[in-house]
Amino acid sequence: MGIEVGIAAIKALIVILMVLSLAGVLGWIERKGSALIQDRIGANRASIFGVAAAGLVNTLMADPLKFLTKEDILPVRADRLLHTLAPCVNLFPVIVAFAAIPFGDAITIGERTVQLQAIPLNVGMLYVLAMMSLGVYGVVLGGWASNDRLSLLGGIRGSAQMISYEIGMGLSIVAMVMTFGTLDLQEMVRAQGHLIGGWLPAWGILYQPLAFLIFLCTGIAESKRVPFDLPEGESELVSGYFTEYSGIKYLMFFMTDFAEVAVVAGLVTTLFFGGWQVPYLMTDGFHFPGGGALLVPRLLVVLLQVAAFMVKVLLFCWLQILMRWTLPRLRYDQLMRFGWKGLLPLSLANVLATATVVLAIGGPA
Amino acid sequence: MIVLGLGLLVMLMILSLAGVVVVGGIDLAGLNLGHVVFALQASLMILSALGVIVNRSPIRSALSLVVTLFLLAVMFVSLDAHLVAMLQVIVYAGAIMVLFLFVIMLLNLHEDRPAMVRPGVRGFAGFVGTLFFLGAVHFVMHPLGAAPGAATVPAGFGTIEQLAEQLFTRSLLAFEVTSILLLVAIVGAVVLAKRKLA
Repeated sequence: MGIEVGIAAIKALIVILMVLSLAGVLGWIERKGSALIQDRIGANRASIFGVAAAGLVNTLMADPLKFLTKEDILPVRADRLLHTLAPCVNLFPVIVAFAAIPFGDAITIGERTVQLQAIPLNVGMLYVLAMMSLGVYGVVLGGWASNDRLSLLGGIRGSAQMISYEIGMGLSIVAMVMTFGTLDLQEMVRAQGHLIGGWLPAWGILYQPLAFLIFLCTGIAESKRVPFDLPEGESELVSGYFTEYSGIKYLMFFMTDFAEVAVVAGLVTTLFFGGWQVPYLMTDGFHFPGGGALLVPRLLVVLLQVAAFMVKVLLFCWLQILMRWTLPRLRYDQLMRFGWKGLLPLSLANVLATATVVLAIGGPA
Repeated sequence: MIVLGLGLLVMLMILSLAGVVVVGGIDLAGLNLGHVVFALQASLMILSALGVIVNRSPIRSALSLVVTLFLLAVMFVSLDAHLVAMLQVIVYAGAIMVLFLFVIMLLNLHEDRPAMVRPGVRGFAGFVGTLFFLGAVHFVMHPLGAAPGAATVPAGFGTIEQLAEQLFTRSLLAFEVTSILLLVAIVGAVVLAKRKLA
């Protein structure tokens, strides 16, 4: 019993550290990436004995220290308790949402089989959705508790947007659930392990390209990033729902943003790009379609798979950052029309088409 | 109020711990950790349920209700009903309560509005509430059926497969009728809203 609890605790710790360090690294990637895109140097002010380490010193050491030591300003007549609670409520669900995403195959230690997934859950997909649906409270609370009209506008925009896009996201996932016939994320990744026609990896995007596009759009809308960043809307609302935040609380909102990017990237990887699967890598090594084989020790296979998962997640994080610095912001009516009249009917049609195909071929893929 | 808030914070931390232990699929019967989790969850749930009616500020009341619903989901998890727990969070804590908060924010309700209830009504409500409470206490003390004892959970209990089988065989009619009812409600809401706009 004690060992089981220990293993669960270690896995939980790994996931928390993974999300938090991803959030930090993404902060650096975003700032350096935006500088790259806008043809400037960026994030190079701070250095230790002249070593700026490509802005790492600035974004990973100087900035957090600055946030930690800054004065925490509370607006007049703000709700002190809710104002403090909002950033915590914002960050908590994002971090725990990652817990159901598998980052590797099951490994065997002694007689024990350990799933490389913090919580192996029969309804894992629903768990992630449930946690993501709780994310709206941080936005609402931040907007409300600041007692400021710009914050309130941001909070209201945020909650309306997140409710609207949650539906399209859920329906695009329904199509994936029908395709794989399971809600267990680990099982979904396993189902993407075989090859179509002996050479093409059976990744989710090949079955459901439309669901992938819908999921990506709604995922970015849920994480409130450009082109869906109206709750923040710095040209109209200063900083939207976290206008009245400073210091460590502001940093927490900032980190939530990046943690959400990581969760969306993790979900895209798991649902549509084979999760931890490496093409042609089976449990005992590579088996190429031509007939060649390269046997690899089990431990190396697992390490390769975990590395593949991380690489894919980072790629999709980069894609989201690239989008942020490329696209303009939607107008509010465009946002609502796109969500309700564009994505929602499209995802419903996709569910219907998927159901028809699944019924016709007599079972999930 | 501050105490309640601190309770919420502590609860969030405890829940994240308890969530890992309980959802991690670890059999806690041997450790009796299950009892600890239940005691924490139940007492916090009573606290937050009290918060719903004690708080003056409508937004805090609504938030207490969110916490209560979330803790109810934790209770479902500890009863092996994972699917029900997730639906509880998605539907109630994640969607319906957001709409509550949305309305409160839009109407800009502030605290300390005097309650619009006549004293007689308040007394009557108190009387009925007390009756219900005493009844609940009575049934806890003297359960109708035999005491359940150490019932074993059948394999696959609470999984989505089992629930779907029940839903689409034994309760198919109720399921379909409910979905039609919901559809009618949606159409009705749209009709009412459109009439106001026109």
